[in-house]
Amino acid sequence: MYELRGVTKRYKRGKETVDALDGIDLTIGDGDRLVIQGPTGGGKSTLLQMLGGLDRPTSGSVTLDGTDLAKLSESKLTRVRSENIGFVFQSFNLIPTLTAQENVETALVPLKLKVRERRERAAAALESVGLAERSGHLPAELSGGQQQRVAIARALVKRPKVLLADEPTGNLDESMRDEIMEVLETMWKEHGLTFIMVTHDSAIARKAPRLATIRKGRITVKENVSS
Amino acid sequence: MFFTYLRRELRRRRKAALVVASGLALGIALVIVVSSVSSGMEKAQGKVLQSLYGLGTDMTVTKAAQAQSSTGERPRFRFDARGSDSDEEQSSDRVMVQGFQTLATSTVSKVAGQQGVADAVGGLSLQVIKVSGQFRRGEFQQDQNGGTSQRGGQGGPPQGTVEGGGADFDVNNYSVYGTDVTKPELGPLTSSKVTKGRTFTSSEANARVVVADASYAKEKKLALGDKVTVKGVKYKVIGIATPESGDAAANLYIPLKQAQTLSDSKNKVTTIYVKASDSQQIDAVKSTIRKNIPGTTVTTSADLADTVSGSLSTASDLASNVGKWLSIAVLVAAFLVAGLLTSSAVSRRVREFGTLKALGWKSGRVTRQVVGEAVVNGLVGGALGIALGLAGAYAVTAVSPTLQAELGSTGGGPMSGPGGMGGGPGREAAGKALEVALTAPVAVGTIVLAVGLAVAGGLIAGAFGGWRASRLRPADALRRVE
Repeated sequence: MYELRGVTKRYKRGKETVDALDGIDLTIGDGDRLVIQGPTGGGKSTLLQMLGGLDRPTSGSVTLDGTDLAKLSESKLTRVRSENIGFVFQSFNLIPTLTAQENVETALVPLKLKVRERRERAAAALESVGLAERSGHLPAELSGGQQQRVAIARALVKRPKVLLADEPTGNLDESMRDEIMEVLETMWKEHGLTFIMVTHDSAIARKAPRLATIRKGRITVKENVSS
Repeated sequence: MFFTYLRRELRRRRKAALVVASGLALGIALVIVVSSVSSGMEKAQGKVLQSLYGLGTDMTVTKAAQAQSSTGERPRFRFDARGSDSDEEQSSDRVMVQGFQTLATSTVSKVAGQQGVADAVGGLSLQVIKVSGQFRRGEFQQDQNGGTSQRGGQGGPPQGTVEGGGADFDVNNYSVYGTDVTKPELGPLTSSKVTKGRTFTSSEANARVVVADASYAKEKKLALGDKVTVKGVKYKVIGIATPESGDAAANLYIPLKQAQTLSDSKNKVTTIYVKASDSQQIDAVKSTIRKNIPGTTVTTSADLADTVSGSLSTASDLASNVGKWLSIAVLVAAFLVAGLLTSSAVSRRVREFGTLKALGWKSGRVTRQVVGEAVVNGLVGGALGIALGLAGAYAVTAVSPTLQAELGSTGGGPMSGPGGMGGGPGREAAGKALEVALTAPVAVGTIVLAVGLAVAGGLIAGAFGGWRASRLRPADALRRVE
């Protein structure tokens, strides 16, 4: 479970100070699915980075299962990321020189598994997103949707507690978008993940059980009973 | 994963990798060629010195020659005129100590007893001048109005002219070296190799045997078993010696006692050949000898090397100065280019490394990946450089440019003038020019150095890139590209 209390993030832009997040209070329960929306530069991605332990708040606390990520050392934070948090990015962020199988395996490298186990788990993850037959292909040989599915397999192969997706359908056309959203929802349900997603897409936002909107660093959360 | 990722990454950036590797290769090849050529120079210089010193000699001890008076030691030959019809050949030879003042043989033991001296032997350098030919009287021809021709003439002085008669002499000038036959490993004969027959045995300390220099033997048509006469004494040729390089120390080598007898120099030597116990302590041994045995000149191979001039010296200076600095400059440039290209490659891979860090890769692992790629790049450059360097060294050896070494001809060094280097006859006062072929032997140490440079180049390049990668914060990395 996430608990964010008074999370503030300030950046310096020249002589100006910008509050990307301004005293955010937010609780996200285990297995929740939260969609974050808001205008560009509103602080969505910054919030996602705080949740993923990729950045630290200027003030406040970001607690995951009782551990304040803001106070962890770099190595412990790296460990939290490697074991508990899966990321899906808008631009897929696959390593261009590695095959789909090897890209998925990169998420298991920090867990120091045996090579055989690593390969088996990566192959199973690719199979679960319907890409078993494309495991030997390089990202450049895959379509955008396939690349994002590889990225999802990479995020889930380590069996994380949390899946963070930053506009996962932002670079895809409509049919691909639906396909990826279907995969993500299936995974969320099957694995019982806490799923937090940033999106600009109103169609996706409308279906979310909880919708958070960030404007100028401030957050408002709305429960969507209909979903 | 490490190697797969590394291999694929290098393949993807093969153009940049090739530029880095080529730069390193050029630097490393230069280092190999310069090192091997320098080594070849040293070898050539060693050959030159060996031709004077002989193998195993670290220094020589001599005593400066005295200025010759106008009459003093100059050889004189007297011949009586024979009758005009006489075919009798007259011959006279003079054996002279050559070049230096002699030292007592007791000095040899004294030198041998000095601290740091492993062994010392004496040698006596002689010059033999043999004049042989005919000297006939002329015949007196009386004027026609004076009657018959007659020899000498009696009574009143006859009128007439002397016709015919005269001299026809051949001068044979050669060098003889008296050698200590009990210590064949040291002394003048070590600069040559006995290629026919044998060398002296220790039982031949006063035997009438001779080892002839190959060129001299060829000139005089000497063969094993032939007899050579020196000042009326016949010596049997037991061996033919060929110099390892350059000229031989002498035309003939005979046992030291025989040389002393021939030149009336009993218990005298001209040169003491010294071998030091430790080659690193030669200067200290030189000082000890000079201090304890005053009036002598001690010349080491280093002193001798300083007197080497000519193209060998110029090339050696070029190799050690220009070559060395050029290699260093190219290497530094190659290291910098490698570092900057690696650093630039990291900049282009910010998203990649940010993603890996987001996935839980530690900074150390990311840095290792970058350094690993740079080191492999360096090793590829090293392999190319070694191949290029070996080819260069092989080419130098194949071409074998001839270098000329001039020893002591400038008059300023310890070689020149009286009291200079005491290698062998004819080489103490006058300059000596030798031609040596340059080779470029590549030592194992040079290859090890090349591999070390390749790894160092890779590590330096990796350090540039690794430092950047390690400082990369995942949020910044992802923010910069999203």
